[in-house]
Amino acid sequence: MLGRLKFVPMRILQAVPVAFGVTVVVFLLVHLIPGNPAESILGAQATPARVAALSKQMGLDESLPQQYLHFLSNLAHGNLGQSYTYQTSVLSLVLQRVPVTLTLVLYSVVLMLIISVPLSAWAASRPGGARDHAVRVVPLVGLGMPQFWVGVMLLLVFAVGFKWFPVGGYGQTFSQHLWYLFLPALTLAISVSPVIIRSLRSSMLNVLESDYVATARSKGAGGWSLFSGHVLRNAVIPAVSIVGVNVGYLVGGTLVIEQVFAIPGLGSLLIGSIQARDFPSVQAVALFVAVFVVVVGVLTDIVYTLLDPRVDLTRRIEV
Amino acid sequence: MSAVATLRRSRRGGQPASRRLRPWYKNGSLVAGLIIVGIMVLLAVLAPLISPDNPLHQNLDQALQGPSGTHWLGTDKLGRDVLSRLLYGARVDLKIGFLAVLIPFVVGSILGAIAGYYGGWIDIIIMRVVDVFYAFPLYLLVIALVFVLGSGERSIYLAIALVSWVSYCKIVRGEVIVARRQEYVQAARLGGLKNMRVLARHVGPNVVSQAITYAMSDIIMDIMVIVTLGYLGLGITPPTAEWGSMISDAQEFITTLWWMAVLPGIAVVITGLGLSLIGDGLGDLLSPERRR
Repeated sequence: MLGRLKFVPMRILQAVPVAFGVTVVVFLLVHLIPGNPAESILGAQATPARVAALSKQMGLDESLPQQYLHFLSNLAHGNLGQSYTYQTSVLSLVLQRVPVTLTLVLYSVVLMLIISVPLSAWAASRPGGARDHAVRVVPLVGLGMPQFWVGVMLLLVFAVGFKWFPVGGYGQTFSQHLWYLFLPALTLAISVSPVIIRSLRSSMLNVLESDYVATARSKGAGGWSLFSGHVLRNAVIPAVSIVGVNVGYLVGGTLVIEQVFAIPGLGSLLIGSIQARDFPSVQAVALFVAVFVVVVGVLTDIVYTLLDPRVDLTRRIEV
Repeated sequence: MSAVATLRRSRRGGQPASRRLRPWYKNGSLVAGLIIVGIMVLLAVLAPLISPDNPLHQNLDQALQGPSGTHWLGTDKLGRDVLSRLLYGARVDLKIGFLAVLIPFVVGSILGAIAGYYGGWIDIIIMRVVDVFYAFPLYLLVIALVFVLGSGERSIYLAIALVSWVSYCKIVRGEVIVARRQEYVQAARLGGLKNMRVLARHVGPNVVSQAITYAMSDIIMDIMVIVTLGYLGLGITPPTAEWGSMISDAQEFITTLWWMAVLPGIAVVITGLGLSLIGDGLGDLLSPERRR
């Protein structure tokens, strides 16, 4: 068992250059600003003196590599800069918002599994049948729905129409959080489910055609016991990596959906900071989210190996 | 069925042969998709002729009205005709969606082909860069890029190009790695042809079909990005009619004038459905052996 985890240090090492690359991209974001970044960040409040002061503070008079090294060493000290609007450290701002966004992401993963596992099983149980076609049409429509619009529609029906859920906000207690976050989490789940259903369906079909299912069938297993004992267990393994791969998409969606439902998470911080031209906060959110996605990628590979004895990532050949 | 066709059919073997020999116009998904997208494009192109009103024409006396004979879909908070804005919105969203695909398609495919064909350190460098871009959720990077580049059409093209080349790169690289081992490529190389020529003339045409199929879903993705940016107030600057900002404007009045938020979204969904169907049909047509 543990022998198979030999790849873990290697996999983490592989993630290091990617994480560095992420810091480079986030660092370079400032330099993509056309013209003088300091002037552009100050916007209407730009006076020559202020521009000069901010340029100095941002270290814009140094060479690019020097600036990057500065950026890295600040980062290593946990210093992501001061927010222009809130006048506090950006790190504390981000850390305040992380639990909200993380809850939303986990919540939507749970709802997504509740939606997609039964539907894909239902479709896979009669490949080529009417129900299979029905489930396969869903992604065609689903992939073309803008996430935020799905959110607005759910809001229209369940919050404005039926008044079952609040139109927005986050609530105070944990049970309130679950109630307030239900529609946003459902929005995300609906928009990711088409992809998940498609992959789960085909992995279930693979399992159903396998020899061990045929053996189980010949021994008289069928119905629920066959499904839960043989099919689901084996189909879940690819599902883990499918979910892992889509975490980035889910987090990206969260950033937008928070706007629809006025949820005080990282997305609201991002958009609010953009409107206030608060550059350090934008950078911090970008950095934080990207590093999160890299870490989830590593964790997905580890869980994947633990679940499936056949996977050996030490000998993985990339194709 | 002619004798040749029968022969070909039996040589290719198996039941799917009938599907392979089917001409494009008998491919249901493709035709349905082309019709849907065609209608949307036609509506966009003809918008100036068929719109009942100028989409920018404000009439504050008649703001927030329900459907009527003069305004079939009512008016928004500035008294502008919603139907006209919907039609003109198609011009903006579809145009940017279709055009934005071109640069990432070309750049990503070329980089992917180079990475896959040459391998070695070129491959390692390109793929590490791809990994870095993959670490950023699409919307995060697009939002951040549009923010630094400034709002407007040009920034949207640039941001989409910077973000979406990676998918083409990955797809084409994978295809090229498979194609490299094929006999026709080996033969061309042994025949003394230069690498670039082999890549452009022999490998390219055979691997590009996957990228084209993917481009259909990429157009959907781009339209999503544009409307999302519009919704967040970071996209096309007002007062230009654009579906995303129409939804965002309408959210205020959702308790009464709900259709104003519903219709632009449905326009996106219909376009997306058409493109998905085209993608499905193309996938079927261009690489039948991949279907399961």
